[in-house]
Amino acid sequence: MWRDVPLRTSYDVVIVGGGVHGLACAYYLATNHGITDVAVLDKGYLGGGGSGRNTAIVRSNYLTPEGVAFYDRSLALYNTMAVDLNINVMFSRRGHMTLAHTDSALRTMRWRAEVNKLQDIDSDVIGPDEVKRLAPSLDVSPGARYPILGALHHPPGGIVRHDAVVWGYARGADHRGVELHQKTEVLDILVEGGDGPDGKGPGGTVTGVRTSRGDISAPIVVNCTAGWATLISDMAGVALPISTRPLQAAVTEPVKVFLPTVVVSGSLHVYVSQTDRGELVFGASVDPFNTYNIRGSLEFTEELAGHVLELMPSISRMRLLRQWSGLCDMTPDYSPIMGFTPVDGFLCDVGWGTYGFKAGPVSGEQMAEAIATGRTPKLIEPFPLSRFAAGDLVGEKGAAAVGH
Amino acid sequence: MLLVPCPHCGPRNAADMRYVGESHRRPDPNAVTIEAWREHLYMQRNPAGLLRETWYCRAGCRRYFVLERDTATNQFVDSPTGVDKLGGKA
Ligand SMILES: Cc1cc2nc3c(=O)[nH]c(=O)nc-3n(C[C@H](O)[C@H](O)[C@H](O)COP(=O)(O)OP(=O)(O)OC[C@H]3O[C@@H](n4cnc5c(N)ncnc54)[C@H](O)[C@@H]3O)c2cc1C
Ligand SMILES: [Zn+2]
Repeated sequence: MWRDVPLRTSYDVVIVGGGVHGLACAYYLATNHGITDVAVLDKGYLGGGGSGRNTAIVRSNYLTPEGVAFYDRSLALYNTMAVDLNINVMFSRRGHMTLAHTDSALRTMRWRAEVNKLQDIDSDVIGPDEVKRLAPSLDVSPGARYPILGALHHPPGGIVRHDAVVWGYARGADHRGVELHQKTEVLDILVEGGDGPDGKGPGGTVTGVRTSRGDISAPIVVNCTAGWATLISDMAGVALPISTRPLQAAVTEPVKVFLPTVVVSGSLHVYVSQTDRGELVFGASVDPFNTYNIRGSLEFTEELAGHVLELMPSISRMRLLRQWSGLCDMTPDYSPIMGFTPVDGFLCDVGWGTYGFKAGPVSGEQMAEAIATGRTPKLIEPFPLSRFAAGDLVGEKGAAAVGH
Repeated sequence: MLLVPCPHCGPRNAADMRYVGESHRRPDPNAVTIEAWREHLYMQRNPAGLLRETWYCRAGCRRYFVLERDTATNQFVDSPTGVDKLGGKA
């Protein structure tokens, strides 16, 4: 799907991380701005991080106006992606339903629905009858342990085939001249003139990267490494408010399609959708402590199964096929960190937590514009690293903690 | 999941604990600059390696303690120390 070319010793732009964010950034640099002297470096294989491990949910019914505008642009790009990238990304706009089991959850849903409607997003609070009509397998009886009082319904949400998105951006970037280098680990970021003892840190200027295959000089280095983000930014002397947590997911054997929409329950820490092949894909919240170790746990499957059965008692005899895990880069306000940093030429597109797949297209587009113009585009203005020192957080937890 | 060696209860599942996070002393709120305060609130070291961190034994003794763990392997490397909630020695 893409060329295998020798690694050169200099590029205009080096992107660290070959997930959907790094690849989309490269694609839009080439497509929208004609910047093609670009290398994407990945220590493993393309899509080997969160981009190949996520549960592929896309939506734009966030809680803050900044979040809504941003994610809605991504949905628009997903809408035309199959044509733009000439690859079947299997975007299924099947709708997205966030269940409310308590009065306070219902209140947050109403709040979200109003924020959404103000920005022209199709989003509404529905009652238990409508929930039952949309997803007949859900137990909406009032006697349930966590009764379903209603839901935030978001018809434009859905699922996309994540691998195809990665491959589509990779191939598109490659066709326009971008180089993709797998098994190329970045070991250091080369910075001069910074405040730190080694010339790194605030006030410094990026000159390139040191990799497992040699040094590369570049005036622009972009950090798109999600769960590994602080390891890379440390190399440039830039501190981030990010902690790395694993997120686990699981999939069942395939059965005939019976669940036509994505269902999320924040109170029960679980969400589920059915793939076109018929498997149920489940996810939950991140593991309860920081680690780079992505070993799965029995607690996860146990808790997951218990909660799923409270929602859908009829699937008690389905069997899980597989469980896996990926690293997530969590920020204090459940919003990303995008754009320029105190080190000149070193940009970040990180802090994607459990919600970064859906943001891949818009992030790539906006980061490419930032690199090409040297200015922060409007859509990502709310998400600079400097907001933490300024105490100006975005507060997206209410819409992003479980419903990725 | 992860067996966390509580100094009072012995090894317990991480699900019995509340993970407080990276241990560092809280700066004096009356003396600190607002920038340093926010740095304390938000910034993380997040190493892939040894990390000193605070746990709260939620379902057991309900005490705080500090442990050092390798975040790449999840091996604990020293014996736990009791601390107060803010990360100082008890
Ligand atoms: C189980 C799970 C379910 C999820 N579900 C959803 C969902 O339903 N919807 C949603 O929107 N989001 C979801 N997410 C989050 C989403 O997957 C991520 O936010 C997103 O994939 C991040 O993409 P990325 O391109 O920034 O990073 P990644 O895809 O993680 O790519 C980072 C890359 O950096 C590379 N790298 C790291 N260190 C180095 C180095 N030193 N040198 C070179 N390369 C390096 C890695 O090898 C990796 O390939 C989920 C995540 C998980 C784990
Ligand atoms: Zn204890």
